[in-house]
Amino acid sequence: MALMKILIAFILLWPLAGFLFNGLGRNYWSKKVVAYKATGYIVCSFIASIFVFMYVQEQGAVTVHYFDFINTATVKIPFDFKVDALSSLFLLVITGVGSLIHLYSTAYMKEEAAPHYARYFSYLNLFIFSMLVLVLGDNYVVMFIGWEGVGLCSYLLIGYWFTNGNYNYAAKKAFIMNRIGDLGFLLAIFWLIVKLGSVNYSEVLTATSLAKLSSTDITGITLLLFVGAMGKSAQIPLFTWLPDAMAGPTPVSALIHAATMVTAGIYMITRSNLLFSHSELTQHVIAIIGISTALLAATIAIKQNDIKKVLAYSTVSQLGYMFLGLGVGAYSGAVFHVITHAFFKALLFLGAGSVIHAMHHEQDIRKMGGLKSKLPITHLTFLIGCIAIAGVPPFSGFFSKDEILAAAFAKSPIYWVLGVIGAAMTAFYMFRLYTTTFLGKFRGISDQENHVHESPLAMTLPLILLAIASALAGAIGIPEMMGGHHWLSHNLIPIVGEPIELGLSHSLEWTLMAVSVGIALLALLLAISIYKKKTDEEPTSAIGKFFYHKWHIDELYNEAIVYPLNRFAGFLKNTMEKHVIDGAVNGVGKLLQYSARKVRLTQNGQVGYYILFMVTGIIVLFLLWFNDVRIYVFFNKLIQN
Amino acid sequence: MSLISFLFVPLLAALLLLLIKDKKQAQWTAVIFSAITLVLACQMLCTKTVDVDMAWLPNLKSRFILHADGLSKILILLTAISFPAIFIATAKNEFKQTNIFLSLMLFTQAGLMGVFLAGDALLFYFFWELALIPVYFLCSIWGGEKRIAITFKFFIYTFLGSLFMLAGILFLNANTSDHSFLINSFIHANLTNGQQVTAFALFFIAFAIKMPLFPFHTWQPDAYEQSPTAVTMVMSAVMVKMGLYGILRWLLPLFPMAFTAHTHVVVVVSVIGILYASFIAIRQDDIKRLIAYSSIAHIGLMNAALFTHTQIATQGALIQLFSHGINVLGLWMVADIIEQQTGTRSMQQMGGLAKKQPTLAILLVGFALANIALPLTNAFVGEFLMFTGLFKYNPWIAAFAGVSVIVAAIYTLNMVQKVAYGEISEKINTMQAPNKAAQAVLIVLLIIVFVTGVYPQPLFTVTADTLQQLFVK
Repeated sequence: MALMKILIAFILLWPLAGFLFNGLGRNYWSKKVVAYKATGYIVCSFIASIFVFMYVQEQGAVTVHYFDFINTATVKIPFDFKVDALSSLFLLVITGVGSLIHLYSTAYMKEEAAPHYARYFSYLNLFIFSMLVLVLGDNYVVMFIGWEGVGLCSYLLIGYWFTNGNYNYAAKKAFIMNRIGDLGFLLAIFWLIVKLGSVNYSEVLTATSLAKLSSTDITGITLLLFVGAMGKSAQIPLFTWLPDAMAGPTPVSALIHAATMVTAGIYMITRSNLLFSHSELTQHVIAIIGISTALLAATIAIKQNDIKKVLAYSTVSQLGYMFLGLGVGAYSGAVFHVITHAFFKALLFLGAGSVIHAMHHEQDIRKMGGLKSKLPITHLTFLIGCIAIAGVPPFSGFFSKDEILAAAFAKSPIYWVLGVIGAAMTAFYMFRLYTTTFLGKFRGISDQENHVHESPLAMTLPLILLAIASALAGAIGIPEMMGGHHWLSHNLIPIVGEPIELGLSHSLEWTLMAVSVGIALLALLLAISIYKKKTDEEPTSAIGKFFYHKWHIDELYNEAIVYPLNRFAGFLKNTMEKHVIDGAVNGVGKLLQYSARKVRLTQNGQVGYYILFMVTGIIVLFLLWFNDVRIYVFFNKLIQN
Repeated sequence: MSLISFLFVPLLAALLLLLIKDKKQAQWTAVIFSAITLVLACQMLCTKTVDVDMAWLPNLKSRFILHADGLSKILILLTAISFPAIFIATAKNEFKQTNIFLSLMLFTQAGLMGVFLAGDALLFYFFWELALIPVYFLCSIWGGEKRIAITFKFFIYTFLGSLFMLAGILFLNANTSDHSFLINSFIHANLTNGQQVTAFALFFIAFAIKMPLFPFHTWQPDAYEQSPTAVTMVMSAVMVKMGLYGILRWLLPLFPMAFTAHTHVVVVVSVIGILYASFIAIRQDDIKRLIAYSSIAHIGLMNAALFTHTQIATQGALIQLFSHGINVLGLWMVADIIEQQTGTRSMQQMGGLAKKQPTLAILLVGFALANIALPLTNAFVGEFLMFTGLFKYNPWIAAFAGVSVIVAAIYTLNMVQKVAYGEISEKINTMQAPNKAAQAVLIVLLIIVFVTGVYPQPLFTVTADTLQQLFVK
């Protein structure tokens, strides 16, 4: 236990130390020192994570307590961290993929000036720290601390090139959309505190506390938590920030906006699966939103020409699949897809980064082509990533996607049909991307052509390792039907319980699998055959334009929400505040001045008036004199009322 | 140690300063004496305080009573931190007659300390005005172009509120058994329901104007904009807390029935005010006005929290009294440095601070994050507890108020973007090398932000006794 306490502290503190070291010393350290330290700290965390993981495998879950964050008479929120089957797995993915992306960044960001280079790595380290807090926390508040922490890092890194106004705008948009989700998360936490007096997993996620919650409570809490997940994991309607987030450096897109942060919503729901499983309504909502997002994003991805935008919409789409999995109760399937997706999507983004690097910051795939021979390692690893995401066996994406689809079929065949359509689109747009980028003739300018070069080892090594992982990671979840053992779902039993019996015969499962793989392969081949010879020009058909312009959702949000709110704020500022409220205040003042002016007129210097007032005064006084008792009583009453 | 030193030290310094004509010497005197007060305040937190009880106005049965519980202590600490910080951070600003300026500031400090310590209503009223009057002179002599009209409005408005309170005090005095002004006699005054409501209203108006609570707030943005920044800092970091303090110290214990009867209307109005001010903040181009409206929103949340009358929200508000002061102080200081060096408050003319002066930009971002209550900053702890209480009181109101969490992110990040990011603007390009002393103060404040955000427990411990008095009868 004491050992674990130290190990977990180290896992958390190394990235934090890296943040402080690079952030505070950004003007002092050379780039080399910064790169070694930043990457080294994460590697240290990774190594410690391996130990922790092995410990958990042997000894089971461990909770460590450091100090109380909030400890008052009414509520107690400790800084507790927990490693169990779920968090130790995320730990490995975060620090493992994180290490590789740090390594990759050391070369990718080489052109940056030293202080900015250090700033970049300090943000990246802070991100790892926040993400670790998010998954290690033993209660919802600590999770929320990490949750907003990763949001902050995402904001800082999207806007890393801060002199560019558009990038800042994208960063701000990401933060604000996440905040909308965060409000949902916060309200769920308040609800838990008010009903249960606690936010600790060990107290909230038990049968006894479930008994204390009415079904309205459970549905309300889970829906609000899901609103939080929508923001962080870019689901309808809060997904439009993620494609814009591609403004950040490409390794950031790989780490934060593909492999780790955006999967936080899946982690949160898996962690709270006991609550979610008790609300039929929430599960339906999650499944429907998940599959809708998967399809919507896929249609957009088909028409995009920016290499990173395609991958971004692909990420949104894949996250939709994970939510479909959560909605149909396939928690381990969703986590499985998180892991495989972390590998192949990080790989694809880093591959895209390598291409962009080689092409001197060109991101439009129509101006690429024929890079296969010029970037052999990037090409091969990218191809592996594409095959993995397309769901071609035996690559990893096949197993995880298939598990979700099978569970979806068991819930409702409609989900399955839609899921397969989405999978076909995925295969299509990925191979459209692959073919346009790597096959065919080079379409860039000759200056680029002469300078195209394979990236250095610091960039290709992560590509190779991630490609291996993308190809083989399916091994952790080979279903029993294929003679496998499905290590992952067994491993997750303490968190999500025994895998649900789908009630599908083996022959049916084989058929479903064959159909989905067959359709995906067809789509894949179709894409290659189409785009081998041509590239997409500006779409002409109505539907093509509609997809190309991202369903006009940004415009819709602007017209329906942003502008009206802005006008409302303007109305408050210019009319309400200035004329109504302050007008009333000034009105009182003016009234006083006005009456003063009027009263002043009585002092007009005419003796007759003065005598009149004098006489009136005397009469009043005279009346008072005789009625003082009555008047006294009157005033007394007035006061006592 | 005696509580009277919190009055004695600032008053002594204020009088001394009237004699020191030299600018540098005057500044050193102000810093040293306010630093002594700060040391005393820190010492007070660690030791037991002894009440002061002396004869004062025997004819009126008013006594000079000073008493410090957790509520007083946390506000004294805030006051004690604020003044030396303000003196150091604004030392570079050019003033005529610096010594008079500083002297008036220290009179204000004495007044504020008195407000937070007084255990006698008449004494409380005395200090309440003592804190206000020097501010009137500070604003009307050293303020901006429109200072005369604005300060007049501010003075009349708050003074009117004070008069209502005075009427309330006299009214209560007439209804106590011993006709004294002691807080304990007031608590045990025998009031009918109707009388409670009357007195409640008289006090509440004074506090609401002081905070200021929507819709009594319109004096504030103008006053903040036109006052010299040092005074604005005092007003928004400390003086607005007088209203909230008054609610906790006087309103709640004295008129429990009237308080409970009015929770709903006050909470609803406060929450409307939070959103109202937040939305207006979105459209501000003047950085000072933006901070002013943001502050109105934050104060509104604290007031709503107090009026939920839940223990958890009150706990949150108690520590937020302190945290909000620190954060808003930091924001004003950054805004002031920029204004002093560039001569503009318009954010449209800023931009590129992160490139020109990275350290200052980092500090700005740090305080901006505290302003939106990011976890692990001090404001998160308070706001989290306050919102929990609000949720307990009424989930719908909490959800409605929660929208301000989003709006706060909008206007705060707008500010960061306009000021810090982008290419260096013409105005920002004129900025000189950073002022080291001011930067050091800002760093210290930022450290406080994060330390009390990660480990707020000491603040809970300090305020525990107040909470106990209010909720465990």
